[in-house]
Amino acid sequence: MSDTKNNLDALAADVESALARRRSRSAAAISWVREAALLPVLAVLLVVGAILNPHFLTVSNITGLGQQISSLGVVVVGESLILLIGGMDLSLEATYGLAPMVAAWLIVPAAAFGNGMMLNPYLGLLIVLAVGAAVGLVNALLIVKGRLNGFIVTLGMTILLAGIQEGIVKGESPFALPNAFSYLGSAYWGKIPVSLIVTAVIFVLTGLFLRYHRMGRAIYAIGGNREAARAAGIKVNRVRMGVYVAGSVLAAIGGLMEAGRVSSVASTQGYGEGIIFAVFAAAVIGGVSLQGGRGNMVGAASGVVLLGVVQNILDLENVSNYWIDAIDGGVILFALILARVIGGEASAE
Amino acid sequence: MQEPVIPAADPQAAPAVEAAGIHKRFGSTRALRGVDLSLQPGRCLGLVGRNGAGKSTLVSILSGLVAPDAGEVRLDGRPAPSLGDIAAWRGRIAAVFQHSMVVPSLTVAENVFLGRPPARRGGAVDWRRMREQTRKVMTDWGFDVNADTACGNLTVEQRQVVEITRALAAGTRCLLLDEPTSALERGAAERLFERIRQLQAQGVAILYISHHLEEVFEICTDVAVLRDGEMVLNAPLPEVTKDDLVTAMVGEQILSAERSLAPAPAPREPAGAAAAGARPDLVLEGVTFASPGVFLGNVSLTVRGGERVGVTGLRGSGATTLARIVAGAIAPDVGQVRLGDHTLRPGDRASALRTGIGYIPEDRQVDGFVPLLGAAENIAMTITDRIARGGFISPRRREARAAPLARRLSLVSAGLGQPVRELSGGNQQKVTVARALASDPVLIVAITPTRGVDVASKELLLSELDRITTETGASLLLASDELDDLVICDRVVVLVRGEIFTEFTEPPFDREALIAATEGLGAT
Repeated sequence: MSDTKNNLDALAADVESALARRRSRSAAAISWVREAALLPVLAVLLVVGAILNPHFLTVSNITGLGQQISSLGVVVVGESLILLIGGMDLSLEATYGLAPMVAAWLIVPAAAFGNGMMLNPYLGLLIVLAVGAAVGLVNALLIVKGRLNGFIVTLGMTILLAGIQEGIVKGESPFALPNAFSYLGSAYWGKIPVSLIVTAVIFVLTGLFLRYHRMGRAIYAIGGNREAARAAGIKVNRVRMGVYVAGSVLAAIGGLMEAGRVSSVASTQGYGEGIIFAVFAAAVIGGVSLQGGRGNMVGAASGVVLLGVVQNILDLENVSNYWIDAIDGGVILFALILARVIGGEASAE
Repeated sequence: MQEPVIPAADPQAAPAVEAAGIHKRFGSTRALRGVDLSLQPGRCLGLVGRNGAGKSTLVSILSGLVAPDAGEVRLDGRPAPSLGDIAAWRGRIAAVFQHSMVVPSLTVAENVFLGRPPARRGGAVDWRRMREQTRKVMTDWGFDVNADTACGNLTVEQRQVVEITRALAAGTRCLLLDEPTSALERGAAERLFERIRQLQAQGVAILYISHHLEEVFEICTDVAVLRDGEMVLNAPLPEVTKDDLVTAMVGEQILSAERSLAPAPAPREPAGAAAAGARPDLVLEGVTFASPGVFLGNVSLTVRGGERVGVTGLRGSGATTLARIVAGAIAPDVGQVRLGDHTLRPGDRASALRTGIGYIPEDRQVDGFVPLLGAAENIAMTITDRIARGGFISPRRREARAAPLARRLSLVSAGLGQPVRELSGGNQQKVTVARALASDPVLIVAITPTRGVDVASKELLLSELDRITTETGASLLLASDELDDLVICDRVVVLVRGEIFTEFTEPPFDREALIAATEGLGAT
């Protein structure tokens, strides 16, 4: 190839790049607006909350709210990872109930609806994680190795796990949880709940992991185009399996927080409460795509906070229980529409 | 036949399509700048231009998918329908795109009448009439596809016929064919040309968009060239030479340099003996693979270290499959692949990469890149293990590794962080190629590496593959049905129906002989 051609090509390329750069500056501005799309909504909600109820902006209310949304937040991290890789896991809500249930059942006395083994509570913490990992592994094997449809597998798994959760305690709710077991969900460091700190740390670490770690980048690559990731030499199936396991372990940790917060494991914790809807809503409002490959922890966190704040305002205003669901649903739809309008792009893309 | 034959150049007839002063901007990009175009019934107008010249935008506007910012489109002398009224557009002009627009689970007849099935009174679908009319249109135009077959069972060629039939059945006498031969093997392309001539003779107007200038010369009556959103040339074909076209496409000033690339690069000695000794040989032994449409039977082949071997054949000959097996993208049923002392794990792309095999896949849209991620990230995707520290990758380090390759391939982007889906097709292909080169492979497996890129980018990609293999002594296994790609090879293996038919060992290769060999004619 001649030098003249190289020079001319380089010149042409420079001009084209300059044009393209101008184009992408406006694109970058749009994407920034998109990421921050929920902030104005949150601001409006905070103002509305403060006007409606003087108690809203007090430290005790805010820390209480922080503790409430922590357990949901951890599950949202898990579901976001699975959504990012192009999967979907409905059974996180059942894992969220079953993992602490199995542990509590094994550690509390029979009088508190345990099975009488009264294992060491620290062993109980390990059991929580182990149940989470085991459920995730079974899901992963069925979906990744068995090539079964993730939606159906985890739907079946949800019902199975929720049934076990109810079955082992015959519908009762074990209580009298040892301190070590309920510490994560109930303790405070100063005025800040431990669960809020741990959840924040999980969000930050996961965010950094997704942004900078090889595996995190592989998650985006696989979710964005699984075949391209495979062709680039990424061990697609191994990463997918890892993500299903990590997601379930996070759901188990979320369940442990919830159990600690309410000092018992309700037989309805998770599935019975239908928390998976809130989990999906938070993730999707926060811009995590159901098609995979798009979304981040900043968005997911703002989705969680937004749902929590709405819930909190409704609680403070003593809105009739009969109407809470309707208002909740309305807010979710409104937030989705707003994100679509501001972002200019379908958030489920 | 439905209409009297219109004389090919009747000046009285209203143009089938007439566009005047079409402008279109996307953000700050001016995709089209005052384009005029006119197409008479019975003519075939070739529309050519480099990637990004505005061809796709013009096609979208002419087929009613996008509204122009300024200017007017007239069809058959009447103003075009409003943008939302797709049905009205389809009755007057129809586009057949590179990617098939038939619904595989429906029958041919259902696809021909997609969205407007003939109905009985009361709205029930009149199946009998639908099948009869499909058969009638097929017979009238000399097509031969069974109306009752599910489209999923058709070949690419037959699906195209279904799409053309759909347009004709809707009464359209104006067709936009966008790169119609890109998915066809040579025989099918010839038959398509035959069909186009036949349609033309019966008064159908055809706008033919192509990267292949030979095709334009073969079947078009007129040619129009777009460059940077402007129509720089528009003339009847006999008056234009290939050089004129190339000049118009790339612009006057860089033409001289461009043209010096046109002849095949001088034949090159296989990489020096010393280098060859140090480089591992690729050995395929008894590789067998069978799946619907593709078959490889007991193929054994050796690519010496540093050697550049082309593999070619018709679609379905197994050339592509052979390359995918070597790259670890699919596993053979039987047989093994060795690179030096390593026996490759079948179907394990990750381990093939570690063994030193770079891979440029066949279809960049399918597995060439991750559209939402940036160019640098896509390029460095094959080397995350090398650039990570403690598992973490600094974006700056990643960009530092990607930048030299991007420069080398003249990648045009608004910075290497720009999502690849925003790049033009040619630049996306450069990202795909750079990704393969990033891992410093000892063997590059490339499948149709220049598909769907413009003439200049094609030359650039080929000459860079040529230079990189020469500089690094890497071997090359290049599977392509584009004979132009094969000029950089030292040897070309021709596959026919899954078996090695013959080999050409002396570059430059004879075009005619290669074509004959792929058809299974004449052994050397």
